[in-house]
Amino acid sequence: MSKSAKRELHIRVDHLTRVEGHGNIVVNVSNGKIEDCRWEVVEAPRFFEAMVRGRKWYEMHHITCRICGICSIGHTLASLQATEAALGIEVSEQTVLLRKLALHAENLQSHILHVGYLVLPDLMGVGSVVPLAGSHPAELKTVIRIHRLSNEFSDTICGRTTHPQRLVPGGFVKYPKVDELKKLRQGLTEALSDLKEVARLVCSLAERFPAFSRETEYIALKSNQEYAMYHGQVGSSDGGTWAPGQYKEVTNEFCVPHSTAKYTKHNRDSYMVGALARFNLNSDRLTPEARAVAGLFKLKPVCYNSFMNNVAQIVECVHSVEDSINIIDRALGRGLALEDIPPIKVCAGRGVSAVEVPRGILFHDYQYDDAGTCIGANLIIPTNQNHNNIYHDLQALLPSLLGKPEKEIELGLEMLVRAYDPCISCSAHYLKVKFKK
Amino acid sequence: MSKPRVAIFDFAGCEGDQLQIVNLEEVVLDVLGQVEIVTWREAMKEQSDHYDIALVEGSITRKSDEERIKAIREKAGILVAIGACATIGGINCMKNFQDEKFVRRYVYGDKAHWYNTYAARPVSAVVPVDANVHGCPINREEFVQVLKALLQGKKPFIPNYPVCVDCKKAGNVCVLLKGQFCMGPVTRAGCGACCITEGAYCWGCRGLVDDPNMDAARELLGRFGISAGEALGQIRLYDGYREEAR
Repeated sequence: MSKSAKRELHIRVDHLTRVEGHGNIVVNVSNGKIEDCRWEVVEAPRFFEAMVRGRKWYEMHHITCRICGICSIGHTLASLQATEAALGIEVSEQTVLLRKLALHAENLQSHILHVGYLVLPDLMGVGSVVPLAGSHPAELKTVIRIHRLSNEFSDTICGRTTHPQRLVPGGFVKYPKVDELKKLRQGLTEALSDLKEVARLVCSLAERFPAFSRETEYIALKSNQEYAMYHGQVGSSDGGTWAPGQYKEVTNEFCVPHSTAKYTKHNRDSYMVGALARFNLNSDRLTPEARAVAGLFKLKPVCYNSFMNNVAQIVECVHSVEDSINIIDRALGRGLALEDIPPIKVCAGRGVSAVEVPRGILFHDYQYDDAGTCIGANLIIPTNQNHNNIYHDLQALLPSLLGKPEKEIELGLEMLVRAYDPCISCSAHYLKVKFKK
Repeated sequence: MSKPRVAIFDFAGCEGDQLQIVNLEEVVLDVLGQVEIVTWREAMKEQSDHYDIALVEGSITRKSDEERIKAIREKAGILVAIGACATIGGINCMKNFQDEKFVRRYVYGDKAHWYNTYAARPVSAVVPVDANVHGCPINREEFVQVLKALLQGKKPFIPNYPVCVDCKKAGNVCVLLKGQFCMGPVTRAGCGACCITEGAYCWGCRGLVDDPNMDAARELLGRFGISAGEALGQIRLYDGYREEAR
């Protein structure tokens, strides 16, 4: 009989660290049998969908971007697209280019924060990024340099990094200056070599990621033009595409008694969204340098190892930087115009948007009355879509860890959840359930 | 002398204010030189119950959160509320103006009975707060200034004049004159009028100044065709917990 066959184990990780928001991991093993393996979400619910009812069309992006401090630009863009779809507002080509830059800035900021400040400590075997200041000062400075650049990138395009002011329905109320864009382009070029350094560092530690594999479905935006982030059709690794307006056919939100969050499922028990899902569906549309970094890690679609989401994030950082350089060239080549917001005719209507934000696909669905007052809203957040997949991954990973010391089991489970970069503050809807002891 | 021990906690909010602390980048390392951060769930695994200064982000939205904030208050010599959710209640208080049963049903349907919530409120509605870093999100420089003052045993300077003062200093054209709405005349300054400077208007995220002259504000906004009802709706965007907004 193996050691794990008789194992008694009771693990409870309350308020998992180095993730955004409050979640607990609960494991009970009795007589070598897993009785319980749960991922609880205990974040205080905030009821955004109810809060925005009665607010005006021009306030919606301002309010919903407060759902999340890390992905406030993504929420802003999803919100603007939903409002614009509802009111029939057309935006200019330049607005789309600048918005794509805004999204890249946030993607870079969020991913490098996660990989550099939250994941690297696990790979280095320390509790936080702080000791790295002493042990790996050069590497940490590189991460900080990229993170600072990503914030300057957001400032240049959006006005600030968190809760941007310049983006409004119909376009921009303030524009970056030509020389600011040129300076940014220079910074991005330098960031490319910094990112390759981070990629090499993580690659040298990549054996710390468990060789885990569980087949699941991946959902992400797809487009024939580009690596889809700002717009596209909803695609699945199991085949099929849906218009954003048909999102409910994909998400199928439901409640289960043993979970603290609304779950989603489509073809299988669960599906995954985020950098790995986007990579699995769209890797052939990555920029050349991003493809090279994927090659460094031998990352190929379809990759079923959730831990590789961290690596997909590094690949996306490179893609975001490279694509941003191309977009800046296009925007400057066209000549940057100080466009006015187009006239907006307020009317009743419904609008749905689907935008890829750092942690996955995000849906905003609004209904307005003829005065432009919101009378209904539904928001489906990436992390909510991942909870079910996290739960099934935990169940699949735990048996392979049972022979190990408790601390190692705990770290393995924590690293798995952390790999998803969960953003629990985005709790548009969560439940707190009492469990039988 | 040992370094002051700092702990960072969060309640209902978006964690955007903690992100501003991260965004101090190298300055964080300087600040770290002056203090010892002993608890910061979002950034580190280590945790400690012994700290001198507690930085608290987010609103209190559940009875069950009161226990946690009271325990933090008991341990901390100094408690600082950071960000609008913690200092004035913030965006979360918008739900206080709807029927609570409806709010829960609207979001969760027939599972509404599965969890608890009560009227969102600032930290100071539950425990005494020693200093506020206002804003949504907080301003990084202001955060450092407040922390520095506290570390030196001084009272941090928090402006008690309206955003219009900052706006004039920034050299902006008044948005009311452009026919837009603005909360600047009654909102607490200290942000450098950053939203107006970036092409938007003031949303009032730092809350009203102490003893705001509501009559003058009503008259001023009325002159630009803005009704008292509209102004109230704007106050309820961030500062809905205060008496005047209810």
